[in-house]
Amino acid sequence: MKPSSFRDVLAPALFGIAVLILWQATVRFFHVPFVIFPAPTDIWSKLIISLPTLYEDFVQTFIRAVIPGWIIGSLAGFLVALLCDRFAFLRHGLLPLGNLAAALPIVGVAPILVMWFGFDWQSKAAMVVVMTFFPMLVNAVAGLQASGHLERDLMRSYGANWFQTLTKLRLPAAMPFIFNALKINSTLAMIGAIVAEFFGTPIVGMGFRISTEVGRMGLDMVWAEIAVAALVGSAFYGLLVALERWVTFWHPSYRR
Amino acid sequence: MRIEGSRNSILPVTVVCVIILVAWYIAAIFMNTVVAQPKIEALGGGFANTINVSWSLDRPVIPAPHQVVAEVWTTVFTVAPWKVKSLVYHVWVTLSSTLLGFVLGTLLGIALAVAIVHFKLLSKSLMPWIIASQTIPILAIAPMIIVVLGSVGLTGLVPKSIISMYLCFFPVTIGMVKGLTSPDPMQLDLMRTYNANVSQVLWKLRFPAAMPFLFASLKVAVAIALTGAIVGELPTGAQAGIGSRMLAGSYYGQTIQIWAALVAASAVAASLVYGVGGIERIVNRHMGARA
Repeated sequence: MKPSSFRDVLAPALFGIAVLILWQATVRFFHVPFVIFPAPTDIWSKLIISLPTLYEDFVQTFIRAVIPGWIIGSLAGFLVALLCDRFAFLRHGLLPLGNLAAALPIVGVAPILVMWFGFDWQSKAAMVVVMTFFPMLVNAVAGLQASGHLERDLMRSYGANWFQTLTKLRLPAAMPFIFNALKINSTLAMIGAIVAEFFGTPIVGMGFRISTEVGRMGLDMVWAEIAVAALVGSAFYGLLVALERWVTFWHPSYRR
Repeated sequence: MRIEGSRNSILPVTVVCVIILVAWYIAAIFMNTVVAQPKIEALGGGFANTINVSWSLDRPVIPAPHQVVAEVWTTVFTVAPWKVKSLVYHVWVTLSSTLLGFVLGTLLGIALAVAIVHFKLLSKSLMPWIIASQTIPILAIAPMIIVVLGSVGLTGLVPKSIISMYLCFFPVTIGMVKGLTSPDPMQLDLMRTYNANVSQVLWKLRFPAAMPFLFASLKVAVAIALTGAIVGELPTGAQAGIGSRMLAGSYYGQTIQIWAALVAASAVAASLVYGVGGIERIVNRHMGARA
């Protein structure tokens, strides 16, 4: 490991450890009530005890709702973006609406989706689909237009048809945008699935656990669930970053 | 948010909107006949009855657009705005905590960005945590924040604003760090030859250069501030606000009420983003920027 990258890791790690120690010390020293802030050690012991429950919640929320919803939503957004790319009329019609939808509080459709698709994971997956669709649409359309005129002219002079131009030039050029959308969507998907669980769920799931444990003042369990959510969210995000680095190795931001 | 190519996109947007509207009406027929079948048969069946009934149910699976419009109209214009039944009242409750959270989040975001730009160590140690802070689904732990702050004695406006603030500061910080570091070395060297100190460089060069970045971030921030406020209203037990209207609607199966709340939320979101855009234009003109 090079010294500079060593410092890149060490500085934030030290900062995080300092925050944890400060947290623990403050809670112990000032006798902060448990219902307001449990100490990190309390949370850790709770996390270890309730691993099976946390795993069930993880499967219900992440494996059943977030992943399928994220894949379907992103794929649908991408396919519609391809249509938009092919038909300029559709692009002019859909893109302003897509931009508008990006500003709307889409979580608001959660109660409607729960009503339509039932209490189980289907409604949560549907919520994730709705939330992830528009960011992918807007980004993919922008990405497909990212290749320069010069390169397109070159493809034309090769006699490449639309499909060849797409797969050989414009899709690779769009990849940074698509990965940007995938990364945005990974956080949105977690939020969508968990918030949809507030509107009704079977007795399992991260959102369900959080809202019921808050009601019972079991804040150590809530924090344990948050820790799991943060870990899963960060891992998901990190995986996408690694994949992006591998796919778009040519991009200026990765060159050395 | 950008509405691009306004002139040549009016027709396509209208066409797409009309298609959505038509699809909505057709969907309303199919989705509502499932629950309305007995009622339709009682009227003697037939296509006309099917349409009439499925577009005017009290608790439809999906309300027809005109039902939503009618609900918005009655709750906005026929009820006094300070009554609980008025949509304006709920919009105001949500809007006030959104704006408070937005202002606090913007200030925090700018302060963090200024600190990060000026202290090397801070940028190394703080930045990864700022990014990590956003992988925690804050909206998901909103109930806990509300309850915890409630137990400390903070209720009403402030807890919701804190959620909005937490969501807001991130895009502002990221955008401002980018913006404050956007002046190129030549401009910084010029400031140095003028013997400008740190604060003069900040106020006379870095801040003006960061304005486009700031406003792009603010548009994102104001939209998620609204989302934060709405979700923040869910766990408080449906007292007031757009979020509580949705929750109450979903408890009592009042679909039309949910849709009306959604329309209100969308209208608020759109006007907030346009409002920020308006401020941007004013600031730009004040700074003598090219339009």
